[in-house]
Amino acid sequence: MRNDIFRRLLQLIPILLGITFLSFAMMHLAGSDAIAQQADASGVALSPEVMAARRAELGLDQPFLVQYVRWLGGFLTGDLGISYVSGKDVFATFVSKLPATLLLTGVSIALTVLLSIPLGILAAVRQNRFADYLIRFFSFAGNSMPNFFVALLLLYAFAVCIPIFPVISDGLSLRSVALPALTLAIAMSSKYLRQVRAAVLDELSRDYVTGARARGIRFSVTLYKSVLRSCMTTILTLLSLSIGSLLGGTAIVESIFLWDGVGKLAVDAIQMRDYPMIQAYVVWMAVIYVAVNLVTDLSYRLLDPRIRLGGERP
Amino acid sequence: MSTQSGVTVRPSRARRNHTRARLCVFAALAAALLLASVFAEALCPYDPNAQNLAEALQAPSAAHPFGTDRYGRDMLSRVLIGAQTSISSALVLVAIIAIVGTLLGVSCGLSGGALDTVVMRLSDVCLAFPGLVFAMAIAAVLDGGIQNAVLALALVSWPKYARLARSQTLAIQHTDYLLAARLSGCSPPALLLRHILPNIAGPVLVTAVLDIGTMMMELAALSFLGLGALPPAAEWGSMMSDGRSMLQTYPWVVLTPGLAIFLSVALFHLLGDAVRDWLDPRSGQSGRRGRTHGQGENI
Repeated sequence: MRNDIFRRLLQLIPILLGITFLSFAMMHLAGSDAIAQQADASGVALSPEVMAARRAELGLDQPFLVQYVRWLGGFLTGDLGISYVSGKDVFATFVSKLPATLLLTGVSIALTVLLSIPLGILAAVRQNRFADYLIRFFSFAGNSMPNFFVALLLLYAFAVCIPIFPVISDGLSLRSVALPALTLAIAMSSKYLRQVRAAVLDELSRDYVTGARARGIRFSVTLYKSVLRSCMTTILTLLSLSIGSLLGGTAIVESIFLWDGVGKLAVDAIQMRDYPMIQAYVVWMAVIYVAVNLVTDLSYRLLDPRIRLGGERP
Repeated sequence: MSTQSGVTVRPSRARRNHTRARLCVFAALAAALLLASVFAEALCPYDPNAQNLAEALQAPSAAHPFGTDRYGRDMLSRVLIGAQTSISSALVLVAIIAIVGTLLGVSCGLSGGALDTVVMRLSDVCLAFPGLVFAMAIAAVLDGGIQNAVLALALVSWPKYARLARSQTLAIQHTDYLLAARLSGCSPPALLLRHILPNIAGPVLVTAVLDIGTMMMELAALSFLGLGALPPAAEWGSMMSDGRSMLQTYPWVVLTPGLAIFLSVALFHLLGDAVRDWLDPRSGQSGRRGRTHGQGENI
């Protein structure tokens, strides 16, 4: 077991190297560097010699790979450079905005689970009945709406018709997290609900369910004690996969609701072409996503005895 | 759960499904949408870019069914012209990623070795980024413009097709008919075109059609963030972003393009579902249905 975890961590190294390399190369291709940006920002025309001298000072005249290795060293020690716009330390700014995004993500995942697991199970159990059709219709509609449209619809509903929640967040409170979290949860659960339904239906069609029914075991007992337990790994994997689209979604939703998290930070940075900030955002989002997937993979062990005892994942 | 009395066929399976009729209806509707977007210029009641400040921000009426925006431009005309950009760029994007991804995947599956390792590791890295985050960063580096938004999403989305095509190719690689084709001296290009591609086309096609809607939403999201179509051009995402400050007072400026996105995405999703059921009747009404769908989305 320990060996296994160790092997998984080793497999992560090339992925992380790839992530950092791609992020660095991308911003390198942007064709603008700190010196040019500073010159632009200060409005002073610098002679090419002065610019070259300052580039040499910062090591920007070194070959690409040397610069990458130096940047990677900085990344590992929490030094991602200085924002072109605010002049503050990028990593410190990123870390200061992270709690808001984590709160938003946490609440939307909780809402998603609360919405989609019960509804998904209900739809599967009542397959091809009215409840199933209704749930599927709403999940289909939610799936076909971009999350910024959902956000604007919610804003419209709650700003004009029933003003319960603040339209623009007034700091980190449960009241102001409600609308952005609901937006993300609607988009996420309409996708996830279908997958829960499919996973439960798949499990329901197995022979042991028929067997249990033949032996006269109550259906609710079979459902909760056997079917749901064996679906859990699938349901969990799909949840961790959808966290990727959730992280992308936070950027848009945060900037609509003016939620002061890393997503809004990134959108603002993109608008200002603040490359070090964009770079930090991309790298860290990827690292968080990879970490979430790793934790999910490892948690199978706890949930599924078949894997814990050395078998293959079903 | 209903009680069953010695019947081996479940009622849900025995029910008639209207797969083919559904396919025809949705294909016809999609074709109508495409035609409307191609001939948008002829259909527009007004010039979509003509400003008329005297008529700015009018509510929907007989003269302007969708109202007018803050420059007095007719919203119906702008939504129609916006369809051109939104739909054609989504179609181009899906065509690029489906073709490039499939070819890469098939070559990986057939040749194995170094190519396979390199491409698959590259796709691992691409999949390690949350999709829209990566696309946003690429689009930011490339500077706005709808072409760059398409390119950014293409760079992010090809691995799905490469993986799908690779696994399908590996699955049919050792079948007897491929062996027979090889033994009878079929050249590699002919093998690819006549035997492999037709046999893996089904799942790729289903994924591609389902992706049209998804990609429309992602493109609109990039435009909404100012990373897609640039302002004077009408595009649904950027129109919504443009009008979002007027949501409380002049909701139609935001809601009509939003509704257009919603309806077109829904139509392409329905078409995708219909194509899947048509190509693979087993997935129709049975329990496996959502399963295949879910996996297709998440590869």
